[in-house]
Amino acid sequence: MGAIYIMWLRELKRYVRSRAQILVSLGQPALYLVALGYGFGPVFAKAGAGSYLQFMAPGVIGMTVLFSSVFSGMAMLWDRQFGFLRETLVAPVPRLHIMLGRTLGGATVAALQGLLILVVCLIAGFRPHAWSAVLTALVFVVMIAVVFAALGSAIGSVIEDMQGFQFLMNFLIMPIFFLSGALFPLKHLPRVLDWITHADPLAYGVDGLRGVLIGNWMFPWGGRIDFWFDAAVLAGLAAILLALGARLFSRIQL
Amino acid sequence: MLAVVIFSRRKWRIIQAAFRRQQPKSMPPSPAIQVENLTKSFNGFTAVKPISFQVERGEIFAFLGPNGAGKTTTIKMLTTLLRPNDGKILLDGFDPWQHSREARQRFGIVFQDPSLDGEQTAYENMELHGILYHVPRQERAPRIEALLKQFELWERRKDYVKTFSGGMKRRLEIARGFLHTPGILFLDEPTLGLDPQSRNQLWTHIKTLNQQEQTTVFLTTHYMDEAERVAHRIAIIDHGALVAIGTAAELKTRTGTDSLEAAFLALTGTSLRDESANAGGDQLRRFAKMWQKR
Repeated sequence: MGAIYIMWLRELKRYVRSRAQILVSLGQPALYLVALGYGFGPVFAKAGAGSYLQFMAPGVIGMTVLFSSVFSGMAMLWDRQFGFLRETLVAPVPRLHIMLGRTLGGATVAALQGLLILVVCLIAGFRPHAWSAVLTALVFVVMIAVVFAALGSAIGSVIEDMQGFQFLMNFLIMPIFFLSGALFPLKHLPRVLDWITHADPLAYGVDGLRGVLIGNWMFPWGGRIDFWFDAAVLAGLAAILLALGARLFSRIQL
Repeated sequence: MLAVVIFSRRKWRIIQAAFRRQQPKSMPPSPAIQVENLTKSFNGFTAVKPISFQVERGEIFAFLGPNGAGKTTTIKMLTTLLRPNDGKILLDGFDPWQHSREARQRFGIVFQDPSLDGEQTAYENMELHGILYHVPRQERAPRIEALLKQFELWERRKDYVKTFSGGMKRRLEIARGFLHTPGILFLDEPTLGLDPQSRNQLWTHIKTLNQQEQTTVFLTTHYMDEAERVAHRIAIIDHGALVAIGTAAELKTRTGTDSLEAAFLALTGTSLRDESANAGGDQLRRFAKMWQKR
């Protein structure tokens, strides 16, 4: 247990200590919010879909959590490069504990980032349909964070260089973001795209956030069933990806 | 009937296995490190040919060889970082691949390349190590203090490791290696890039520790004078095979030379070696630097 705690604490310390980094990492979602939120706003309203800012704010929160958690997992690349990874790999504790500590630490940081950007959204004019919804939204923020921190750890255990990192960013993480419904409604899409969006883990996270915050659900079953469906998909994925990450991490050889 | 026989045979095997697992504790002291026919090859290239040796408890054992001879690969296999293709390793009686936690608890390692967390302070690096190695809470603080003072880093304990000089990082790594009082200490070129003062001090520390706590030391170095000064026995590896093993005096007698350096050259030849094992790593390191500058 000590190992899980100290690795979790390490992630948190790194986050709290790099204040400049916190601001920088909030810059990108804030830009999306301002440029796209206000830029596409009139078109969206003309199409009769209401306020675009209201629509995309949950998506931007999901995006922040996605990138923050995936990056934290991939930061293993630097630990590999600067050697610290070796220190943890030869320690007399189960590698599962090291991996869990790292992943939960990354997820905690990502969830904090998500909360910060939620505050930014509120400042920019976003209004949830009820204030209590913010607390329920936390459930989804945390689940998205765990799912993608675990994915990041799995990827970080496998890739050994920058090329691999770039490749996965372009062909896995960016598609996950763009096809999650964060920026546009996942309705009336070509069939192939429709299948892909349904296979996108983030789609369920964004749908959960949007449903909880503004009552706009992707599936037509009624809010309560949609809520549990999204939550179940994310929980299942979290379990699978944690297991996969643990397996890949325990197999690292240097 | 047949089923019963099969079942009991399986059970018998389990009992046997459990028995084998307990053996190391009750057996008379085994050597600190025992290696038999250890082999490693990468994509058809044999980095380590079957090698066998053993290191006694309390011994300082130097493992010498030209670049690319297989020293680091051997250390990686001994310290559970790389799985051997074949052969047997016992550390303090434990197979590091079957009982990795027991084995890992018993050794400390100072790597050739740094393995510190630059984003944490010196003290935090020590504390993290103490927790990972199960050093009891009440022993942790006094031990960390004593070690940091011994290696003259106590004044800088609250500074981030990334601000340390190469020599200070090295000292911190070595101090950290001692924190959990390992029975076996692996040192992979510990004095690389250190000034003569730090080197002298380091070897004094290591000799003291070896005498006081009976710590077994397994080291690699390119400095023959160091090996001659501290090591009880020396093994020389070249092209993945052990070419000689013995005391410095024995090696000199055997080769008819008057210095260990001359003996080393007599045994391994004078031609230069290509070291290609790290090419990929260097490239990645450049990338990492680029990334940091941004």
